Amino acid sequence: MSMENIIEISGLNSFYDSRQVLFDVTFPIPVSRVTVIMGVSGCGKTTLFRHLTGLKRTGRGQISVDGRDLGSFSEKMLMEYRRRIGVLFQSGALFNSLSLTDNIAMPLHVHTDLAEETVRIMTLMKLNMVGLAEFGDYMPSQISGGMKKRAGLARALIMDPEMLFVDEPSSGLDPITAAGLDRLILSLRETRGMTIVVVTHELESAFKIADRIVVMDDGRVMAAGSPEQIRNSADPRVHQFLNREADPYKMHMEAYYERLLGDQWRSQ
Amino acid sequence: MVNPVRFLGAYVLRQVSSVGRLGMFFVYTIRGLIRPPGKFWPTLKQVEFIGTRSIAVIGFTAAFTGMVLALQGYHTLVKVGAEGWLGSAVGLSLVRELGPVLSALMVTGRAGSAMAAEIGIMRIEEQIDALECMAIDPFSYLATPRLIACIISLPLLTAFCDAVGILGGYAVGVGLLKVNGGAFWSGLTSSVDWADLSMGLYKSVCFSVLIALICIYKGYHAGVDEGAFGPEQVGRATTSAVVIASIAVLISDYVITSLML
Repeated sequence: MSMENIIEISGLNSFYDSRQVLFDVTFPIPVSRVTVIMGVSGCGKTTLFRHLTGLKRTGRGQISVDGRDLGSFSEKMLMEYRRRIGVLFQSGALFNSLSLTDNIAMPLHVHTDLAEETVRIMTLMKLNMVGLAEFGDYMPSQISGGMKKRAGLARALIMDPEMLFVDEPSSGLDPITAAGLDRLILSLRETRGMTIVVVTHELESAFKIADRIVVMDDGRVMAAGSPEQIRNSADPRVHQFLNREADPYKMHMEAYYERLLGDQWRSQ
Repeated sequence: MVNPVRFLGAYVLRQVSSVGRLGMFFVYTIRGLIRPPGKFWPTLKQVEFIGTRSIAVIGFTAAFTGMVLALQGYHTLVKVGAEGWLGSAVGLSLVRELGPVLSALMVTGRAGSAMAAEIGIMRIEEQIDALECMAIDPFSYLATPRLIACIISLPLLTAFCDAVGILGGYAVGVGLLKVNGGAFWSGLTSSVDWADLSMGLYKSVCFSVLIALICIYKGYHAGVDEGAFGPEQVGRATTSAVVIASIAVLISDYVITSLML
């Protein structure tokens, strides 16, 4: 199956101050497909997510969007890019001072001149889509974590974006709500041909929704391919991740003594 | 030997970059005036929060400050037989100094801390990131309405503080200490002129800009320097917002006074 790529990440390195967190990350994101970025906590997938959404500027390496480097985008171009994307954050990131309806309608109010009645109908449709039609007047503090996530998804979709970025959709959710979100993501790809990038460490959810999986470890791409290719990967670390095996207990005695004794150890 | 030098160097670099960032923050906040979303309703909401809801606390502070000024002033002036100047002493102290400074400190403690905490929570809960991802300028949405509201509210609160303080001084001076009412008012009106009022006005406008910028800035960058985003960072940002804004008010008060006298 040949795929056209909407985003190409090539040789991406990322730093927090002098600490490097991404090392030469290279993979494409195909259009109208669900790409899942997986990996253990701290493997750099959230940093990659922040690069893809333009929240962290690329330094060394490139993220090409339609052939243009995201790192060289002017502020205006970045704003235009962001109007093409929808982002669902791990916590939902709803504005506490606004009702669910106002949260979801906010991008429409800022970016369009639509009549209030049209905005109301569009907001209600999105709320209905995520199963929250009756909760429009609720404040974020009055609803559960799963509902916040669904409301966040409705807000991410209100401008009908070409690309949807989702950070940990299933974390902290009960299995039924998590399955509902997975189904919603799949239906967005099927009905609208949306390009979807999901960052997660939930294996079951990842294999259910992914057309393509990228497995990351320690800031590097460990494996990338279709769910079948990942399942059949010969890489022992991928195996370990897929089979949920704990790291073997390793003790670096030198480092351990240095941590315990500090300067005394070094002077000996 | 190297460590203290390195520590000092890192500290200086951090402070310099912080000042630069505050400058850019100011520029972006002003730029927000011409960027969407619309500012009218958010600004009105902030005027209600910063201004209207501060009236009670400022009224209370002003009344007792005016009263104690009259009490202290009377016992000082009566020694030289100049108690007729009580209105002048109370009026000038309030209009030039205490009105603007007290109002600013009260607004810092009540509204500035709340602004820093609210925006800090938005930072740690990824709400500011969400604004950016929705192509909404966070400065225009969060900072500009609060800055405008502060610039509108603080001079009005200062005028209110002056008026209530003078009435408090009148109540104690004339009502309690039996100073001649006519002498109190004539002393007040003959001493306090437009230059004094304008000094108070300039001060309150300067203070409002400082309070809004420092408190919003601190909340906006809660945890950014540390690279950690939790409740502790919000608490720290709120505390430093109040402390730095209060100190900035007092220092700028001296600078403006020395320039205008």
